[in-house]
Amino acid sequence: MLRFILTRTAFALPTLLIVAVTVFALMRFVPGDPTTVMLGDLATPENVAAMNKRLGLDQPIPWQFVTWLGNVVRGDFGLSIVSGQAVLPLIVERFRVSATIVLVAVALATLIAVPAGMLAAWRQDRFTDLAVIATSTVFLSIPSFWLGLMLLLVFGLNLGWLPIVGYVPFAENFGSALLYILMPVATLVLVESGPVARMTRASTIEVARLDYITHARAKGLSEPAVMWRHAFKNAFAPTWTLIGLILGSLLANIAVIETVFTIPGIGRLMIDAISARDYPIVQGCMLFVALIYVVVNLIVDLIYPLLDPRVAA
Amino acid sequence: MIATVFNLPRLRLNGLIGGAIAGILIFLALFGPALAPYDPLALDLPARLTGPSAAHWLGADEFGRDVLSRLMYGARTSAWIAFSTDLFALFAGVIIGVAAGYLRGWVDRILMMFNDALLAFPGLLLALGIMAVFGASRGGIIIALGIAYTPVVVRVVRGTVMSVREREFVEASRVMGNSEWFTMARHVLPNCIAPLLVLATTMFGWIVLAESALSFLGLGVPPPAPSWGNMLSTARPYVNQAPFLIVYPGLCISITLLGVNMLGDALRDWLDPRMRT
Repeated sequence: MLRFILTRTAFALPTLLIVAVTVFALMRFVPGDPTTVMLGDLATPENVAAMNKRLGLDQPIPWQFVTWLGNVVRGDFGLSIVSGQAVLPLIVERFRVSATIVLVAVALATLIAVPAGMLAAWRQDRFTDLAVIATSTVFLSIPSFWLGLMLLLVFGLNLGWLPIVGYVPFAENFGSALLYILMPVATLVLVESGPVARMTRASTIEVARLDYITHARAKGLSEPAVMWRHAFKNAFAPTWTLIGLILGSLLANIAVIETVFTIPGIGRLMIDAISARDYPIVQGCMLFVALIYVVVNLIVDLIYPLLDPRVAA
Repeated sequence: MIATVFNLPRLRLNGLIGGAIAGILIFLALFGPALAPYDPLALDLPARLTGPSAAHWLGADEFGRDVLSRLMYGARTSAWIAFSTDLFALFAGVIIGVAAGYLRGWVDRILMMFNDALLAFPGLLLALGIMAVFGASRGGIIIALGIAYTPVVVRVVRGTVMSVREREFVEASRVMGNSEWFTMARHVLPNCIAPLLVLATTMFGWIVLAESALSFLGLGVPPPAPSWGNMLSTARPYVNQAPFLIVYPGLCISITLLGVNMLGDALRDWLDPRMRT
C-alpha cells in the first residue's frame, strides 16, 4: 500500500515539471517583447533594457526557467502587469469562489447520478433505463453556458425568483450566498450528471453479470441488498475516477459559467487577464489550475485502492 | 431475449437520428450559404432586435442581421472547424501513437511522458492558454484544440498498436521479410481504424462544444463572422429585450451535439462490441 502511494506520487512529479515547462514555454511564444508590452508608452530602449535586467530577461532561457520555477515553488507567481498585485493571492482568492461552486455541484451530481445509473442498470433495457439514458444523453448534449443562460432567462428574468448576476461568499451571508449560487450549481449538476450516470450504469451492468452477484441473489438476498451491498462497491470505482476528472476539468470549464452569471472566480480572472494581455496572471492561472488538476487526480487515485483493493496489490 | 428486442431498435434509432442530424449539419455546412435568405453581415437597422417575422423568419439581431442566415453560416463555421481540428488531432495522434506503440523503448517513454503531461491539462485550459498567445482566429482555434485533443488520440492509437503488434499475423508479416514500415502500414494501422472512427466522432462533438465555448468567451471565431458561440456571446447583453437571440444558437449547438453523441454511441456499439453495455 505504501509502495503504491509512493510510486503514484512519484509519477506525478515529472508530470508537474513538464506542465511547468509547457506553461513557461507557451508564454515565450507571446508575440512581441513582453517588456515592451508591460511598459506600454514608457517603452524607450533604455527602459526596456533596464526592465529586462531587473526581471532577469537578459539571462539565457534555461536559467530564466530555473529562476521562475524556483520562485513558483516558493509561492511567488510574479506581479500582475495591470494592477501590480501579487498574482498568487489573487488567484487563491478567486479560486475559493470557483472551488465552492464546483465542489457543491460535483457532490450533488454524484448523489443524483450514481443512484440513477444504478437504477438504470438494474432495470436494464426497461423503461426506467431508457429514460435515464435518454435524459443523460440530452443533458450531455447541452452546452453548460447555454443551459445557464436559459435558466437565467426563465428563473432570473421571467419569473424573477433568483438573482441573475454576482456572488456572495457563504461566510458573509449564508442565505443570500445560497440564492446566488443556486443557478450556477444547478447548471453544472444537470450537465455533469449525464456522464456520471452513464458511467455508473455501464460499470454496474458489467459487475452485475459476475458470478458473485448471482451467488448473492441465490442466497436469497433482496434486490436492494444485492445492488447496494455487492454490486455498488465494485461498480463505483470507475465512476470515482471519472468524478476526479470532472472535478479537475470543471475548474477550467467554469470560465463559461462564471461569464454567464458574472461570478468573480478563477475562470473569469483568466479570461479577463487574456483580454488585458496580463500574461503573469494568465500564466499563473494555467499553472495553478493544472496543478490542482494533477493533485486532485492524484488524490482520487490514492483513494482508489480503498474502493478496489486489487489496484494496490 | 428482452435485451435483444430492445437493443437492436435502440442501436438503429441512435444511428438513424444521429446520422440524420449529422447529415443535416453537413448539408448546411456545404449549401447553407447558398440557401441563406440574406447575407449574414447585411444590416437591416429598422428590424434590429425584432422577433420572428415574414421578412426575418427567426428574427434579427442587435444590428438587424438575419438570425436564420447567421445560423446557417454558423453551421459551416462549426462543421469546418470541428472537421479540420479532428483531422489535425487524428493525423498528429496517429503518427505519435504509432511511433510510441511500435518502436517502444525510450522513444515510447519520452513521447508518453510529454503526452501524459499534456493530458494533465484540462482540454479547454490548454486551448485557452494557446488562444491567449495566438489571439482569437479560426486558425488559432484549430491549432489550439488540435493540440489539446491530440494526446487523447495518441493514447488510443498507442494502446491498439501495443496490443496488435504481439499478434501472430504481425509476427508472420515480419517473418515473411516485410519491412517494419510496411508491416505497420499494412497490418497494424488498419486495426486502429475502428477505435479511431468512434473517437473521431466523439471528438467532433467535443470540438463543436469547445469551439462554441471559446467563441462565447470571445476567444474563438472573431465577430462579425457568425458562429453559434459568438452569436450567444453578442446576444447576452440583450437577453431581456430579445431572448430569442439566445434560444436559437444554443438549440443549434445542442441538436448538433445530440446527433453526434447518438451517432458515436451507435458507432461504438457497432464497431466495438466489447464496449457494448
